[in-house]
Amino acid sequence: MIYDFSKLTSSLDQLLLSVLPPFWVLLVEALLVLIAGLAAFAVLGMILVYMERKVCAFFQVRLGPNRVGKWGTLQLIADMLKLLTKELVTPRGVDVLLYNVAPFIIIMAAFLSFGALPFARGLHAIDFNIGVFYLMAVSSLAVLGILLGGWASNNKYTVIGAMRSGAQVVSYELSVGLTYITMVAFAGTMQLSGIVEAQADGWFLFKGHLPALIAFVVFLIASTAEANRGPFDLAEAESELIAGYHTEYSGLRFAFFYLAEYLNMFIGAAIAATLFLGGWMPLHIGSWEAFNAVMDFIPPIVWFFGKTFLLVWVTMWFKWTFPRLRIDQLLTLEWKYLMPVSFFNLLLMTVIILLGWHF
Amino acid sequence: MRGLKKYLSGLFQGVRSLLQGMSVTGYHFFHPREIVTQQYPENRATLEIFERSKGELTMPHNELNEHKCTACGICQMVCPNGTITVLSKTEQNEDGKSKKVLDRYIYRLDQCTFCALCVKNCPSDAITFAPTFENAVYTRALLTKQLNKEGSKLQKKS
Repeated sequence: MIYDFSKLTSSLDQLLLSVLPPFWVLLVEALLVLIAGLAAFAVLGMILVYMERKVCAFFQVRLGPNRVGKWGTLQLIADMLKLLTKELVTPRGVDVLLYNVAPFIIIMAAFLSFGALPFARGLHAIDFNIGVFYLMAVSSLAVLGILLGGWASNNKYTVIGAMRSGAQVVSYELSVGLTYITMVAFAGTMQLSGIVEAQADGWFLFKGHLPALIAFVVFLIASTAEANRGPFDLAEAESELIAGYHTEYSGLRFAFFYLAEYLNMFIGAAIAATLFLGGWMPLHIGSWEAFNAVMDFIPPIVWFFGKTFLLVWVTMWFKWTFPRLRIDQLLTLEWKYLMPVSFFNLLLMTVIILLGWHF
Repeated sequence: MRGLKKYLSGLFQGVRSLLQGMSVTGYHFFHPREIVTQQYPENRATLEIFERSKGELTMPHNELNEHKCTACGICQMVCPNGTITVLSKTEQNEDGKSKKVLDRYIYRLDQCTFCALCVKNCPSDAITFAPTFENAVYTRALLTKQLNKEGSKLQKKS
């Protein structure tokens, strides 16, 4: 228990309570979380975009950005400045209100899931007792933004992209939900902090062995599809739909869609890291006290982001290896393979829990 | 039962082929030394341009300042976009006969599509494409070139 943020946060709470009435304390704390979250969004977005470009390049035997700054590190600053200074075009014939609201909905959905992620002990905006359920609910809100944006743009490509995305998210939500249920059944709690604490003596991926491994693979595939990432990016399939649902968006509004894609990928990876790889919990092996103590020295933030970025890298590996699926292949994969496999896996997990065949 | 077997074998086969694909890209990711990207201005000294690449049209001259162009004008006729103009003049040879010889061979690089029809159709192999590619200049006029050198003559057939 070297690194515990709950002391810091509770002392901040006490300090605020001593100067302000409770309602204002809540407001100020919400504002602080908002600012921290937005800052984290901006930083994470830039890191993820840079990572994507570099990782993609290396997978394709290229170098990636290497001209702006050392190893192209300033490329993202340049890209950001470009996006910020671009004109916000509102095409004629769009539904102005929905067109403007859509990028905010999509980024808000990402923000809502972000708030429930446990980054470290006590570093956790809201620790719901139904955290997994909440994540399941808000992570599927992003599709609303995509559908609205696609529809409001008044363009055939955007509508096709949005409809594809709708079909895709509705389908893959099932496997994601089933893998959530599998892991919740194993953990015995829906509270995310409880799930992380339960992995103190071994991550669920090892403790739950076979069913956890199957659930992990299914979750990685399904969450990639839910984030509309390649090879499931047929909502924006540039070879057939120009840019899919965000064809008509420019400048900062486009940047929101772009950012949301990467943040959804990050959130998917973070949820996978929390459910299967122990979240911020250091690597503990049974009764190796010395080893566990050494691992505890590495701050939980490092563990959390290390695991998450590893999984982000794996999803990038998917994206830059596999060709894009056709819509019928996409639905076949979900309804004929992933969903039956997850149902079977849930059954297997239940049997294993009841028989106590886990570590 | 057979259906289930087929389903499962299809599933495992699919997973196997997906992992195979990932191992290929994974190999490339962990072997950054095999990256094929050429970093052009820096590697100018070691840059390898293949002989077959078509940079600009040239007319090779031998050490006696002689070329092989007979000023027949086939290249000019065959050029799809008027890149070549062959200007000829009449000269008296030793026997006192008047003969058409090349005066100026005009090549407009800015109009050339590098189709190489001129090179393929040249009956005397007088012109060829050189792999030089750094052809950027500040004015278009510089892209109109005379390919035969000053005072060059037709190479005698040996």
